[in-house]
Amino acid sequence: MNLNKIYPQYFIFPALALYILLFIIPGLIGIYYSFTDWNRYSSEINFIGLENYKTIFNAGSSYFSYIYNTLRFTVVSNIVKIIPALFLAIFLSENLKGENIHRAILFFPSILSYLVIGIIFRSILHPQGLVNNILRTVGLGFMAKAWLADPKWVWSSIYAVDAWRGIGYVMTIFIAGLHSIPRYYYEAADIDGAGFFQKLIHITLPMLRPAITVNLVFGITYGLRVFDIIFVLTNGGPGRMTEVINTGVFKEFALGTYGIGSALSTILFVFLGFISIFLVRLMNRREIEL
Amino acid sequence: MNLRKKKVIEILKQFIACILSGIVILPFIVVVINSFKTESEAALMDLTLPTKFIWENYSIAVERGKLVTSFFNSTLYSVSATAISIIINSMAAFVLSRKRTQWNLFLYIFIILGIMLPTNYIALIKIMQTLHLLNSRLGVILLYSAMNVSFGTFILYGFVGTIPRELDEAGVIDGANPWQLFFRVVFPLLKPALVTVALLTFMGIWNDFMIPLYVLNRSSQWPMTLAVYNFFGQYQSEWNLIFADIVLTCLPVFIVYLLGQKQIVSGMTAGAIKG
Repeated sequence: MNLNKIYPQYFIFPALALYILLFIIPGLIGIYYSFTDWNRYSSEINFIGLENYKTIFNAGSSYFSYIYNTLRFTVVSNIVKIIPALFLAIFLSENLKGENIHRAILFFPSILSYLVIGIIFRSILHPQGLVNNILRTVGLGFMAKAWLADPKWVWSSIYAVDAWRGIGYVMTIFIAGLHSIPRYYYEAADIDGAGFFQKLIHITLPMLRPAITVNLVFGITYGLRVFDIIFVLTNGGPGRMTEVINTGVFKEFALGTYGIGSALSTILFVFLGFISIFLVRLMNRREIEL
Repeated sequence: MNLRKKKVIEILKQFIACILSGIVILPFIVVVINSFKTESEAALMDLTLPTKFIWENYSIAVERGKLVTSFFNSTLYSVSATAISIIINSMAAFVLSRKRTQWNLFLYIFIILGIMLPTNYIALIKIMQTLHLLNSRLGVILLYSAMNVSFGTFILYGFVGTIPRELDEAGVIDGANPWQLFFRVVFPLLKPALVTVALLTFMGIWNDFMIPLYVLNRSSQWPMTLAVYNFFGQYQSEWNLIFADIVLTCLPVFIVYLLGQKQIVSGMTAGAIKG
């Protein structure tokens, strides 16, 4: 049978056309704009070479800290989610009574909008908010503080909110992975007298590799592209302490300095471009091995 | 003795699990309780029940937050873009999966790269402007459809592979053209995956906040997320109204989650096991 007749190439066209027009082309044009001084206040767009990048990578510039903050957020937010989520997944896969309910509850925040979660925690972490109220009630009033305005605590607060939202999701992926591990592996290990950590290292972790890959792929891309939660919780403050690339791009957009904004976006594009080539390979390797 | 020890451990575990669930639930209790309080009561931010349940908070939030219009907008954007997405993505996934030429494999990888790559919003605005899609409802719908191509195609591509090719051949022998073959034979069989993709796309669009922030200036076109954000900025100290607003925004997603929990979880964890 003629494959082209049954499976016409034009079936791909609508999806591909939208994807190229509204996703790929902006990415490519953005690279071009990153070499220009495009801004709202002049009608001309001049090519200025690497000027924008020089501004950004000038070690003393605040832009440089956006990049640093983005990378740090990606690393830390993933560590504080993935490791606890792994133990939670194991904990909630041991036939505990009502574990399905606990799983559903822990998963629930991940279906809500970051915007909503950001606003809820703006209230909870408010100087007069729930956290401080509880601390005062139990006699720890000296610990009460403006969590989102205190330079010492603002990042920890962001990580905590992000973990509160995301741990259940990471955990659910691990649980799906745990279910695919045959029980007799553990039974055999028990007979050999293996302890919890031996089983973890020799059975669970190697068998969970697909789930770990998925969590890393989603976690890394999420971390580098983070916007909503920081925009709503701190809007980059106090000062510019918690500004990340995407909140920075929005600031430049609002200021009308499109050239610099495009350069920041392009840096993110290049980062993720390289990483995704690596991640796609990782995903493919998994498919071949299993 | 051993039995007793086991029981203690069991109770301890149960206790830990309940504490963890409690930490997740607590913020929602705060939101719901305070949404019924007066402004001054809500400002105390405690966990006591309201002295009197003020249902009017909800009607005030709906009216001042222009929630009827934004509810309509959110529904329009999510439903239309979801419908477009599942149709164009399943068509693409069908041909890409059935006809695995070198070129199609390249196209497939090119498309799924979009799951990871970031959007360049500033350049996107320029393009939308050129196409007269800025500040337009159609523009938002097309944009959301474009943003969901990668993920939708990725999930559906995997699923098409599980449908036997013999069905295609039987359809062709019966004289079906490609459109009939796809929409009458294959599309119905894709239903489980389509439901999953539809639910996730719907929730993703309903929850999204960044695209309207960039592309919609007129408040009459705002979806609920942006309306809530704006409301939050305007009525910073009136937590009772803000919380009522939040409850109303979350409700549709919550209902969708209750109805399709299984499909949502299976979609969000796709790939965690093999392939």
